[in-house]
Amino acid sequence: MSEEVRLMKGNEALAEAAIRCGCDGYFGYPITPQSEVMETLMKLKPWETTGMVVLQAESEVASINMVYAGAGCGKRIMTSTSSPGFSLMQEGVSYIAGADIPALVVNVMRGGPGLGTIQPSQADYFQTVKGGGHGDYKQITLAPNSVQEMADFVGLGFDLAFKYNILCVILADGLIGQMMEKVVLPPYQPRRTEEEIRKQCPWATLGRTPDRDINVITSLELEPEPMERRNIALQAKYALIEKNEVRYDEFMTDDAEYLIMAFGSAARICQKAVEVSRKQGIKVGLLRPITLFPFPYNRIKEHLSHIKGILSVEYNAGQMVEDIRLAVEGKVKVEHFGRTGGIVPTPGEVVDALKNQIIK
Amino acid sequence: MAKFKGAVEVNKDRCKGCNLCVVACPLKVLELSKQVNAKGYRYAQMANEDACIGCASCGIVCPDGCISVYKVTLN
Amino acid sequence: MTKEDIIKEENLVYKKPTLLNDKTMHYCPGCSHGVVHKLIAEVIEEMGLQDKAIGISPVGCAVFAYKYIDIDWQEAAHGRAPAMATAIKRLLPDRLVFTYQGDGDLAAIGTAETIHACNRGENIVVIFINNAIYGMTGGQMAPTTLEGMKTSTCPYGRDVTLNGYHLPITNLIAQLEGARYVTRQSVHTAAAVRNAKKAIRKAFENAMEPVKKGASFVEIVSTCNSGWKMSPEDANKWMTENMFKAYPIGDLKNN
Repeated sequence: MSEEVRLMKGNEALAEAAIRCGCDGYFGYPITPQSEVMETLMKLKPWETTGMVVLQAESEVASINMVYAGAGCGKRIMTSTSSPGFSLMQEGVSYIAGADIPALVVNVMRGGPGLGTIQPSQADYFQTVKGGGHGDYKQITLAPNSVQEMADFVGLGFDLAFKYNILCVILADGLIGQMMEKVVLPPYQPRRTEEEIRKQCPWATLGRTPDRDINVITSLELEPEPMERRNIALQAKYALIEKNEVRYDEFMTDDAEYLIMAFGSAARICQKAVEVSRKQGIKVGLLRPITLFPFPYNRIKEHLSHIKGILSVEYNAGQMVEDIRLAVEGKVKVEHFGRTGGIVPTPGEVVDALKNQIIK
Repeated sequence: MAKFKGAVEVNKDRCKGCNLCVVACPLKVLELSKQVNAKGYRYAQMANEDACIGCASCGIVCPDGCISVYKVTLN
Repeated sequence: MTKEDIIKEENLVYKKPTLLNDKTMHYCPGCSHGVVHKLIAEVIEEMGLQDKAIGISPVGCAVFAYKYIDIDWQEAAHGRAPAMATAIKRLLPDRLVFTYQGDGDLAAIGTAETIHACNRGENIVVIFINNAIYGMTGGQMAPTTLEGMKTSTCPYGRDVTLNGYHLPITNLIAQLEGARYVTRQSVHTAAAVRNAKKAIRKAFENAMEPVKKGASFVEIVSTCNSGWKMSPEDANKWMTENMFKAYPIGDLKNN
């Protein structure tokens, strides 16, 4: 079977991949810089081919609750949004966590706070990795750094979501959503039949068959003891995910004396910064977390035997750097370099920051 | 003489004594008991058995589904 | 002929539907919710839709509707039930999908979801319990609270200069092209209950038609005797004298 190579935007690749990954439904609301996702889906009309439902909701509040309901039926359901929209979705996100159901949300981040800017940002790291909504919960967070990964992470995101009955967030930035690159699209995978869903998701509310008790999707528990049991079970699930699902990528770290850490498109800039630094004789490598939750704490610890400092490069005022410091426990210097407001740093700025903040 | 004769069976453990069946009965068949059930409610009971025609108004308005109604046709 | 002679299986003319299970409901004595639950269970049972029905329970007193009617349920965030029903019906078009919502849920926090689901013409049923008060949280003012009516957050009576007017949302819904059947019923007498049951039956039949023709919206003007601080009997009387003026009973639209 020949590979299908296309030149497309990250947002378009994501939409194409959704159809090919057996997604059952997409519910969204337009917001820059991710509107191409729903535009592409509406243009492709997957309801005529795979049977995938696509619907423009009246708000992000509605769209995430449509996701919650569809997910409660055991379907592969997704939405996409950008930062202010993701804030509105936190209610539904928390309910999805509380109800233990699998779903996929894509946040193509823009600058904030407030209405902020439509330019790229990574300022929703805390919101995504540390919670965002109410209650003790986590969500698997994947950070793509290319159009290819935008396409690949749809299938991966659904697989992880259904493996653990959890929300998976693809945390992209506006740059990844908007830039055009070559991408190999995933092969078509059929949507699951209802029989397959009943088997895979015995908890799904598809209508009660005589062979089983009723299914209820809820996060409500008025009695404290069962509520605590639910919370303990959630935490056990998160611990299992931290054990099994850490993903990262490295570039020139074998002999590195310094590390740069960055996720998403910032990691692309930092890869260039590593190349420039190496030409200047600086032994630096790049560690790119692919999963932000679970975070590669242990991988960072493994590097501590041979590195002198870490620079965290983010399009924000310093968020992931706090997790790096948790891993490092004060053993080496950890600094943050970032730009905000939609400004993307240049490789030269990163090299200067490495020299001035870490090596000096 | 009525053409029908009815009888009402109240699930007294489920009854909350709201009195709506008593009010709904066109023939004043029902009343609330003097005793209370396990939950502390006075429960509905037949006070005037002969008057019941099995119209089921009591059961229909009952918010707690406590009432079953039986009916026979008299010759 | 004694009572014992009559109480025999073959003479049974009325009993609660078995789909409404034997758990004692948590509602206050005389609460309208119980009657409406019973009607929903009866209609689902009579239509043989136990395996096709998916209910969405709200936030409010009816949050635990799923404990009493033995079908599959999803429990919504406050006000979001119509958005959820939209998704389920689109994904599973041959199922009976209905929401069960109170006035605060449907006409305050969930106004947008309610109007847009109906306006999209979703082939769903919305059961709307309007008792003009927030019951579960302890009797606060609702969007449907009548002018002058006392609640815990308008203890001197709803003042229109402070709180605006009661919201007849069902009238707004009836204006929408996407709403197919819009009706207002009550359950305070046996005759009213029979009519309400017919309305629910019609709404459920609409929603099971294979061609999407629009949303069915059934308001039940109800009492909250605890919130209103009245006996169930007095609450029914107060409802007929006051609520029915603001919320007249009958079909608003039947296409």
